[in-house]
Amino acid sequence: MTAHVQISLEVNGERIDAHVPPRLNLADFLREHLSLTGTHVGCEHGVCGACTVRVNGDIVRSCLMLAVQTQDASVETIEGLSDSGEIADLQAAFRDRNALQCGFCTPGMLMAAQDLLKLEAEPDRDRIREHLSGNYCRCTGYQAIIDAIETTARARKERTS
Amino acid sequence: MKASAFAYARATSVSNALELLAAHGDRAKVLSGGQSLMPAMNLRLISPELIVDIGELAELRGIAVTGDRVRIGALTRHVDLARSSEIAAHAPLLAEAIAHVAHPAIRNRGTLGGSLAHADPASELPACMLALNATVIVRGQTGERRIAAQDFFTGIYETALSPEELLVAVELPVSLKSSAHFFHEFARRHGDYAILGLAAQAIVNADTFADLRLAFFAVGDRPVLAKAARKLVGGALTSAAIVDACTALSEELDPHDDQQASASMRRHLAKVLLVRCVAALLDRPDLDAGGST
Repeated sequence: MTAHVQISLEVNGERIDAHVPPRLNLADFLREHLSLTGTHVGCEHGVCGACTVRVNGDIVRSCLMLAVQTQDASVETIEGLSDSGEIADLQAAFRDRNALQCGFCTPGMLMAAQDLLKLEAEPDRDRIREHLSGNYCRCTGYQAIIDAIETTARARKERTS
Repeated sequence: MKASAFAYARATSVSNALELLAAHGDRAKVLSGGQSLMPAMNLRLISPELIVDIGELAELRGIAVTGDRVRIGALTRHVDLARSSEIAAHAPLLAEAIAHVAHPAIRNRGTLGGSLAHADPASELPACMLALNATVIVRGQTGERRIAAQDFFTGIYETALSPEELLVAVELPVSLKSSAHFFHEFARRHGDYAILGLAAQAIVNADTFADLRLAFFAVGDRPVLAKAARKLVGGALTSAAIVDACTALSEELDPHDDQQASASMRRHLAKVLLVRCVAALLDRPDLDAGGST
């Protein structure tokens, strides 16, 4: 009854075919089957945001999605965004502003931050806080993270204007 | 934790989903956005034998306005409601409430039908359905049932939906020009479970209410459409009438105690919201002069 299911999807631009048990969530699939361990697993019930990835362009909790639900989907992880250079400036700003300490929440933070910066050119600090409200950080007290995102938003706006 | 093992079926049509549900009954669970079901399975609060994934059923998705009704497919995601110009124009209460449902990454997956079928008494959307006088449309193998939102929610995580039925859509009357709405919730952090909230829809006639629907949530085992609202409809509103309505509300509500708030705190907050709501809808700040009752 709990037979494996064949799935075919794209991960960071690469076509993947896999045979997975239905109970396997997307976070574990990425980590255990594809060795993409940048996606972190914290609470496993959608509260902490450490497992945030992009599916078909939208950020989602990969612990609240089954691998079998990604049939024909395009999944992007922190490795994809990092390797393509899409968030190089955001990563540099996180480093410059000390917006990370232990780094556990950072991949999810970067995913959520980049999502906001794609939606809005110049979000204010309240908007940034609201968009990150589903991502826990236990080290920084958030201020430095907000600083880094605000700085990146400004720099990007200057570059395009 | 991880979900326990289950079998998986990707439904190819509504009738296919209904066949699967008829065959497996309450051993099966419907998966739409999964934003409530997956946490419950990961925490092993439930362990269904079969997951029926309806995620690919495009016929259950989308928002359509016909005449004076708005029909919203069950698979319409929270983010779709938030971005919809039809919802902003015809059900602005829903557009405002949706921003309070969890966080962006959850709203990208969570669906209206899923939230209603899950029936968490602290969630915003069931209360909005009561305030908006929605009709919940469910389908079984023998046909369709139309259930008033008020009769749909029957307890904590309990609804009028049978295990063999699928929630396919909701219908709302479009908001009139004279309609006004109010939404507020108290929560520890934006997007967290509400400590208490109010979704309200009114028809305002000069400075009186021609109609007022006050739907409180996180006040017990299901959202409550307050009968106390009747005391505010019709006549000119005085502070005495509001005190009267607050007393009636307090008697009518039977809120629960939990780690977030005591029952008496919830009763107090409900009264605070009633007063704020009336003052805001009628644009009468004087009615809320005391800040609370």
